[in-house]
Amino acid sequence: MQADQTLDCMGLYCPMPIVKTADKIKSLKTGEVLEVVADDPGIRQDMPAWSKATGHEFLGIEEAGKEIKVYVKKTHD
Amino acid sequence: MADSVSEEKEKLTIVVFSGDLDRALAAFMLATTGASMGMDVTMFFTFWGLNILKKNEGGIKSQGLMRRMLNFVNRGGTKRLKMSKFNMFGLGTWMMKRLMKEINMPSIDEFISMAQQMGVKMVPCSTSCGMMGLPEDAFREEALSLTGAAFFLGEARESKVTLFI
Repeated sequence: MQADQTLDCMGLYCPMPIVKTADKIKSLKTGEVLEVVADDPGIRQDMPAWSKATGHEFLGIEEAGKEIKVYVKKTHD
Repeated sequence: MADSVSEEKEKLTIVVFSGDLDRALAAFMLATTGASMGMDVTMFFTFWGLNILKKNEGGIKSQGLMRRMLNFVNRGGTKRLKMSKFNMFGLGTWMMKRLMKEINMPSIDEFISMAQQMGVKMVPCSTSCGMMGLPEDAFREEALSLTGAAFFLGEARESKVTLFI
């Protein structure tokens, strides 16, 4: 999946990937896609939950070995 | 067409009654996660929870023999927090801190700093302070001014989620 920016959270456990996502999303323009790369399996559920709570669009997950890549589209400021 | 997402944030209130390191970490993990999800978070520190917000350095000036004794055996401050189980005279707590570092988990000080930056309100309970003889200046800079139970309940009654740790 294509992304406009990437956030590397490899080696970080919940809540850090989400805390960093909340911060990083501020630097995206509405409509842009953020790719978050993590190895904490919690991210698979955390990102959809975060997206639902904040109103941003959860686009999906891609896995490549140890890397779990989740994609979120910024829908508002 | 703009969707009708309300501008009002959902509230999360957390009472932190415990002064244990592991419970403090749990409280901050939930508080920071709530904040990152756009919630308006207030943490109300009471009784042993006050130990989490006390300054690490300096003495605590209090009046009366019993209060002075209490503040001597219960000095508090993040560097003196212990695990609720398996403290094993400090060995267990030391090992837990090592494990935390290994998985890049923020320390309790880092969590407090992060929480403040994310707008989490950290409030000491005025009554506990009165009872234990703790002045406002016993607390670190991230702590807001002393407040009472009515303020806490004012927040809690409007909260989507209220937790007691």
